[in-house]
Amino acid sequence: MTVSRWTSALGSAFLAASPCMAYAAGEPVVIGDIDDTSGVYADVEGAGGVEAINMAIADFGGTVLGRKITVLSADHQNKPDIGASKFREWADQQRLNLLLGGSNTGVNIAMSKVAGAKKVPFIVIGAGGASLTNEDCTAYSVHYVYDTTALANGTATAMINAGGKTWFYLTADYAFGTQLQSAASKVVETHGGKNLGAVRVPLGAADFSSFLLQAQASGAQVLGLANAGTDFSNSLKAANEFGITRTMKPAALLAFLTDIHSLGLKTAQGLYLTTGFYWDLNEETRAFAKRFFAKMNREPTMDHAGAYSATLTYLKAVKAAGTTDSDKVMAHLKKDKINDMFAKGGYIRADGAMIHEMYVMQVKTPQESKYPWDYYKLIRKMSGEDAFGPITGLCPLAPK
Amino acid sequence: MRVFYVLLSLLALALPWIGLYPVFLMKLLCFAMFACAYNLLLGYGRMLSFGHAAFFGFAAYVASWLVTAHGAGPAGAVLSGMAVAAVLGMIFGGLAIRRRGIYFAMITLALGQLVYFVCLEAPFTGGENGLQGVPRGTLLGVLPLRSDRVMYYLVLAIFAAVFLFIRRVVHSPFGHVLRAIRENEARAISLGYDINRYKLLAFVLSAALAGLAGSLNSLVLGFATLSDVQQSTSGEVILMTLLGGTGTFFGPVVGAAIVVTLQEYLSDVVGGWVTAIIGVIFVACVLSFRRGIVGEVVALRRRRGQPRAAGPPEPA
Amino acid sequence: MSTVLGIPVPVILGQLTLGLVNGSFYALLSLGLAVIFGLMGVVNFAHGAFYTLGAFAALLGLQYLGINYWLALLLAPLAVGVLGVLVERLLLRHLYGLDPLYGLLLTFGLALIVEGSFHQVFGASGQSYPVPDSLAGALNLHFMFLPLYRAWVILASVLVCFGTWFVIERTRLGATLRAATENAPLLQAFGVNVPLLVAASYGGGVALAALAGVLASPVVLVNSHMGNELVIVVFAVVVIGGMGSILGSIVSGLVLGLIEGLTKVVYPEASNIVVFVIMALVLVLRPAGLFGRE
Repeated sequence: MTVSRWTSALGSAFLAASPCMAYAAGEPVVIGDIDDTSGVYADVEGAGGVEAINMAIADFGGTVLGRKITVLSADHQNKPDIGASKFREWADQQRLNLLLGGSNTGVNIAMSKVAGAKKVPFIVIGAGGASLTNEDCTAYSVHYVYDTTALANGTATAMINAGGKTWFYLTADYAFGTQLQSAASKVVETHGGKNLGAVRVPLGAADFSSFLLQAQASGAQVLGLANAGTDFSNSLKAANEFGITRTMKPAALLAFLTDIHSLGLKTAQGLYLTTGFYWDLNEETRAFAKRFFAKMNREPTMDHAGAYSATLTYLKAVKAAGTTDSDKVMAHLKKDKINDMFAKGGYIRADGAMIHEMYVMQVKTPQESKYPWDYYKLIRKMSGEDAFGPITGLCPLAPK
Repeated sequence: MRVFYVLLSLLALALPWIGLYPVFLMKLLCFAMFACAYNLLLGYGRMLSFGHAAFFGFAAYVASWLVTAHGAGPAGAVLSGMAVAAVLGMIFGGLAIRRRGIYFAMITLALGQLVYFVCLEAPFTGGENGLQGVPRGTLLGVLPLRSDRVMYYLVLAIFAAVFLFIRRVVHSPFGHVLRAIRENEARAISLGYDINRYKLLAFVLSAALAGLAGSLNSLVLGFATLSDVQQSTSGEVILMTLLGGTGTFFGPVVGAAIVVTLQEYLSDVVGGWVTAIIGVIFVACVLSFRRGIVGEVVALRRRRGQPRAAGPPEPA
Repeated sequence: MSTVLGIPVPVILGQLTLGLVNGSFYALLSLGLAVIFGLMGVVNFAHGAFYTLGAFAALLGLQYLGINYWLALLLAPLAVGVLGVLVERLLLRHLYGLDPLYGLLLTFGLALIVEGSFHQVFGASGQSYPVPDSLAGALNLHFMFLPLYRAWVILASVLVCFGTWFVIERTRLGATLRAATENAPLLQAFGVNVPLLVAASYGGGVALAALAGVLASPVVLVNSHMGNELVIVVFAVVVIGGMGSILGSIVSGLVLGLIEGLTKVVYPEASNIVVFVIMALVLVLRPAGLFGRE
């Protein structure tokens, strides 16, 4: 019959013309996740991040373009060489299609170099350093969840408005800490405040006492904690222990839900912080959180939600592009709008930054909290453009 | 023995074509060089340095910095790294040789740690972030090194050169005096040798070659980080040498191959237990396996009464 | 506010006090190292691992057995001491005839095993151990708020250090121990069970390390790397003080802690390396160490 002759002719032409496509049809789409799963930032994303990725894959349908989706994960142990080597190995040996970057800006900067060299799409979830979309930008990097500019614009502004004019920083001594400190310093100065100094603390320091004494000696009103994860919770605890918080107000420049949970509301109450996601914000976020809680027994942080959303966004872009070819997928990523429980009307800018709403929160007092994990009250919403600021022109892909 | 080396060389030349990951092989070769350099000091000079990563890692930083900040070519960067390591070796050696045995070890340990902290704080090293995105460049303006296969053959050639050089040194008059000092220091002194000069020279040579390995490694991987100067790296090279067989030529290469392979592939299987397993191997080596793998093989062959052909010398 | 060289006095005093706390740990740990080295000639690279073990013993004892801090101060060193004796009897003993470098390498391997296992099981970031209630609160020293617990650390370390020194230098037991280093076979001929003595000294030395670990648990986070990071500095301290000199290691530990504290005020970036720089200087000027006898 004519139809079957047509189909067989078309079919054989198809097979003959594209042997690569026939081969590729069976090849899985490989998504990798390199994160800190045993160190200072293990709770912020960690195993929950992999879970979120799997949830996104399941919600997408399990396959894309008829191809299975596999997930690889590794621990970078906060060492740039391990992260970069693993990424390169996956790109060379495992036909990696997408890498999601977990915490630690230093490691992510190293990995972004590999992304540029190996031309693999790289979506940064856990790291905060804004240089990833400035000096360290590449055509294949996307910075998805939050960055140091947004954190400073949110939290530093809130602290200054609450009366904290003079600042001294306790800075984690690597890319993230220094970038966060400089972003906060800029905001302080723009609002007429003064930066009195900073002390650099090694990542994962066990004892903050001598650094805190130096901070106190400055006489500043605000103790800017330019660190995160267990560094943040430990430095805050030590500040209480040494009576530093009697004379200085701590500024939680980066704090996750998990940090507040481990500190407890008694210690953390009143802290301002900036986040890209809160589980209890609306019906959609609560629905996601409920599913996440069922698997992980705790509420998701913005990194978990971001990993979910980023995976979904990538898979949608692959479907729209009809291929996993990096350049075509990146073109779609920078073109299409993002609308899911994590971001409404979000979009990826030319420099790779994902512009979406950010929220300035304040930690509730123990009395204000009515149920488990009811920790934040919304102070104000920042539009994406306000939070992430204008294009700086430092990235060659996005001139001013 | 010659046959063995020829076969091995042929195998090495063919490896990237069989499907082994060239970057992994190059890392292995760099660490093998590092271990061979270390063996010069430990096996032939009986000086246990606990801070050798300082030379490996600091040279890596120097080379990477020259390439990224000053646009140096790979040859210049590697040679500079080697030179800096030699100078560092002279300073450290000068301090450490004042004491013997255990004290020597502890001094090198502390000096190695000093270098670590300097690398942590110094602005040019990038601290915790390290130096990233180091391009391989073009060798002497002629040969582009971006391809992993091309780089592999270059590294293999350098490794072979280092290996042969160490053999030459050990068999030279200098090497003989060094071994004499190792066997009986007092007698060597009584024979009129200035043992400190010999020891220092051995130290500097070892440091320079370790620096060569480190600089090369940073170009292979494209970065220099704190892991290169960390205490654990010093420990690893001791293990490689011990496991393979101190005082044998091929021992450190075998040891390096085993340890690097273990770390690479075992960590996929057992995750973080790798460190503990390496510790167990270490303890086992020290307790009952002191001659190391190659050392045991040599001893076995001797016991079987086979004639000793030209090849690895007597074990330590 | 009065200043010295432009730095306010309260700042200097604050850092010096914290330096004294650190110095107490250095003193305790280098004491244990000096005891083991002086009596056995073994450089115990695993000293940091035993310190970590002591801290974990306290932490786990609290979490699973409800053993409180004061009990842990007693039981943890005891348990670790017993472990030390086992290590000596089962492992170290085989290396006595050989080059002492092998003892160093063995203990290095042991340190790797302990650190690696604990890292794998407990992760790299630390867990916090609560300050015992009786020592909670802070002393208002005017130039700083010193948590009461840290004042206790200084007191306890000084007491233990000088107590140990007294036992070794001024009692009969100590004399026997010292005789064992001088001439073990002769001492054995006198009927003293020298192998037992040696095992006990190793156990005692590492028990001191474990005690330091328990003392440290409420101060630093209990994590797998805490010992190995510290022990390298302690080695430098011992080289400065003079290996085998008990008093030398105690005094050097305390003084170096103070110097480190001072460096933090004057030139914070150098505070990590000041001990090593001093070690290098001592080696050039007085290789036997400040109190050493060679």
